[in-house]
Amino acid sequence: MKHLAAILFFLVAALPARAEIEIQTLTSPGGLKAWLVEEHSIPFVALEIRFRGGTSLDAPGKRGAVNLMTALLEEGAADMDARAFATAREGLAARLRFNSNDDAISVSAQVLTENRGEAMALLRAALVEPRFDGDAIERVRGQVLSNLKNRATDPDALAADAFNAMAYGDHPYGSHDGGTLESVADLTRDDIVAAFESTVARDRVYISAVGDITPEELGALIDDLLGRLPDTGAPMPENVTFGASGGLTVTPFPSPQSTAQFGHAGIGIENPDFFAAYILNTIFGGSGFNSRLMEEVRKKRGLTYGIRTYLIDSDRSEAVIGGVSTVNERMAETIQVVRDEWARLATEGVSGEELAAAKTYLTGAYPLRFDGNAPIARILVGMQLDGRSPDYIKTRNAQIKAVTQDEINRVAAELYQPEALRFIVAGQPEGVESTD
Amino acid sequence: MRAKLMRAKLMSFAQMSFALGLGLGLAATTAQAAGTITDFELDNGMEVVVIEDTRAPVVVHMVWYRTGSADEPPGKSGIAHFLEHLMFKGTDDMDSGAFSKTVEANGGSDNAFTSTDYTAYFQRVAADRLGLMMEMEADRMRDLVLAPEEVATERDVILEERATRTDSEPRALFREAMRAALFRNSPYGVPIIGWRAEMEGLNEDDALAFYQRYYAPNNAILIVAGDVTPTEVRALAEAHYGPLAPTAGLGPRVRPQEPPTRAAHRLMMADERVAQPSLMRLYLAPARTSGAQEDAAALVFLSELLGGSSATSVLGQALQFDTNTAIYAGAGYSSVALDDSTFSLVVVPAEGVDLAQAEAALDAQLATFMKDGPDVEAFDRIKMQIRAREIFALDDVGDLAERYGRALTSGLTIEDVRAWPDVLQAVTPDDVMRVAQEVLDMRASVTGWLMPETGPESGPETGPETGEEGL
Repeated sequence: MKHLAAILFFLVAALPARAEIEIQTLTSPGGLKAWLVEEHSIPFVALEIRFRGGTSLDAPGKRGAVNLMTALLEEGAADMDARAFATAREGLAARLRFNSNDDAISVSAQVLTENRGEAMALLRAALVEPRFDGDAIERVRGQVLSNLKNRATDPDALAADAFNAMAYGDHPYGSHDGGTLESVADLTRDDIVAAFESTVARDRVYISAVGDITPEELGALIDDLLGRLPDTGAPMPENVTFGASGGLTVTPFPSPQSTAQFGHAGIGIENPDFFAAYILNTIFGGSGFNSRLMEEVRKKRGLTYGIRTYLIDSDRSEAVIGGVSTVNERMAETIQVVRDEWARLATEGVSGEELAAAKTYLTGAYPLRFDGNAPIARILVGMQLDGRSPDYIKTRNAQIKAVTQDEINRVAAELYQPEALRFIVAGQPEGVESTD
Repeated sequence: MRAKLMRAKLMSFAQMSFALGLGLGLAATTAQAAGTITDFELDNGMEVVVIEDTRAPVVVHMVWYRTGSADEPPGKSGIAHFLEHLMFKGTDDMDSGAFSKTVEANGGSDNAFTSTDYTAYFQRVAADRLGLMMEMEADRMRDLVLAPEEVATERDVILEERATRTDSEPRALFREAMRAALFRNSPYGVPIIGWRAEMEGLNEDDALAFYQRYYAPNNAILIVAGDVTPTEVRALAEAHYGPLAPTAGLGPRVRPQEPPTRAAHRLMMADERVAQPSLMRLYLAPARTSGAQEDAAALVFLSELLGGSSATSVLGQALQFDTNTAIYAGAGYSSVALDDSTFSLVVVPAEGVDLAQAEAALDAQLATFMKDGPDVEAFDRIKMQIRAREIFALDDVGDLAERYGRALTSGLTIEDVRAWPDVLQAVTPDDVMRVAQEVLDMRASVTGWLMPETGPESGPETGPETGEEGL
């Protein structure tokens, strides 16, 4: 195996060492911080804004308020109703998107240089003067309720909801952030305004821009865009520990296939062992086609179309989770293979070849992510949310390479706990019984 | 198609990513965004397209075959897609599974996809690995080796894929039934994944017969996009793909066509897993054809005008804004296909509105549109957005590569692709109304209702089975 190791080492050395982007960090005249990569070859700019907190800032009993509020930001602002707003946006060919998740509200904008001022005035109206008109609330509420109805017959959603409820209980992470049919039906305009005031504020904003814009232009732009937002919103949610015990629960659902979600407590990115855990997950079930689980469950046995695992490093909790679907008759066998592989990883760790291959893949693939203004802007804002410095792009691969086999196998034994595995199976699996 | 599951707290196996965005907006001010496109042909008939983008040291390497599910022999549905899976097994020179492992060991990613008219394989790697990718891709173009036991296991995988992506998704079953009803003679009526009963019988002989006929340099297009020059690509392509022997006697792709249609079809499907009823209508519509893309361009506008934006399109305004008839109302049109394409309308009725009422409201709006024609300002906004799309497209060289791949495997030429933005900008409101008259013809349509199994809220009685009835 020395020969293989030597080849891999050569390949590592020959790959582009890092993404050669130049990040400028700036503070606007009004005191807002932003990261910028200037790229003037295409006449547009990609702007990414995040407000930390997101749907986890839903007030008690108001589940779904932040999700509904975010969907309403483009449904009327300042002197424009929803149609006038859409008409203006389309006339400028501006791409403005508003989304929410457990940890943040995200605003993505791609605007042409030729009409950037007008497009930003439109975005400012949405972020500072949203109207939340009654007819818009009812229309979007109807769409949200329709989505919630669909989730009630989607086995993936059923498994995930049951899993999160068991893991996180009453914490916002324990329930679907779109809300329930009942909670969404009860939301009032006041609840939506309160959700806006809780979540969209200057003390929790992160900004990146990539494209045809100078630092001076960007500073003025973000002051104009966000300067009138309130200084602060609701306090951040509490941290929560993964609380599900080991075991298995079947959620009955009529379908030829069953879907399983499984996992246990995880590890946070601030932990010194995080890189070791990240490499482990890549080898075990994270790397797509060539992971151990894909090899054992799909390639060797043909049990599934896909199986994958994730290290979840949310703001408020951590978990190692995975998911798989298979026909009802073969779910018992699939679960056994997952359990066996989980135990094998904990007791045997990974081989030197597996570690070397994963390092080569991860370090080689990293620069390929920086693929266009829009994706680079997303990466930069994500780094800020994770508390990284701009320098991280240059040091990240070295941190991957520094992980030793002793280290990774120690982390494997600590992190992967086969007895702690909780399975939720949605479907009609044969020979699979709930343990609790 | 192989799964590329997205990172998410909640996992969905239906989520697939073909996004191979390249582009690489990097700092050097001399960097060139995707712009220069060069094409040439190798002596053995392999067509080559090079898209230069020097913003980062990365390339996308793609090989597109002019074959897809619509080229399958009768009774062998799914073989094009099954073969795509088997292409990741071994060759005379490479062990089974070594292809993807080698790509990963070089820090790259790879995948493949199958459609009705094409099958494509791609890798995304550092630019200095292009030669290695070509060497491996050329190897598996002619020298695939299949072990029977591997074929049997992989057949289980595609059956699982069908179970996950179609059989577990009533909306996917419904779309499959809709296309089968619309395309009664064209092979486009057969699902790409295949009919389950036929998939169960597919074997290595079927796969190899399809492979030997269609996987050949004279039936393939090489597309390289990223930090490369045409000179480099030509040298590497001649070295790796140049020696491959073409398939003799590959004729033009003539497939059964749809006869003139004189009867509108209706389809009703009920399933206990459906929570939200919906209505879909499909019409047969022309696709872009080489040298004559004007009708397709006008259909792009028609689809945007009728159902592009919820707040400003004809259907969105009327059904979602002026009245509370629908949660969603939209239109769709795919301009690229070797044979006929489809124009689609979808309405998801609001609470308390039944499918018959939703369909009546849809038809009333279509009638008004045919009488009044498009709003001029709306027309201009769409034109502006189409122009801007070309600017945003320069940020994603992978997307540009796919544009060329789809076009060149669907009867279009490089010239057609280059001309397409100008053809779109030349469309007039009169053009739109002319194609609307031709395409929105109920005699060439299928209208389908998808309902919860508790029965239709109105309309004819229907049983719980998937049913089709002609009216």
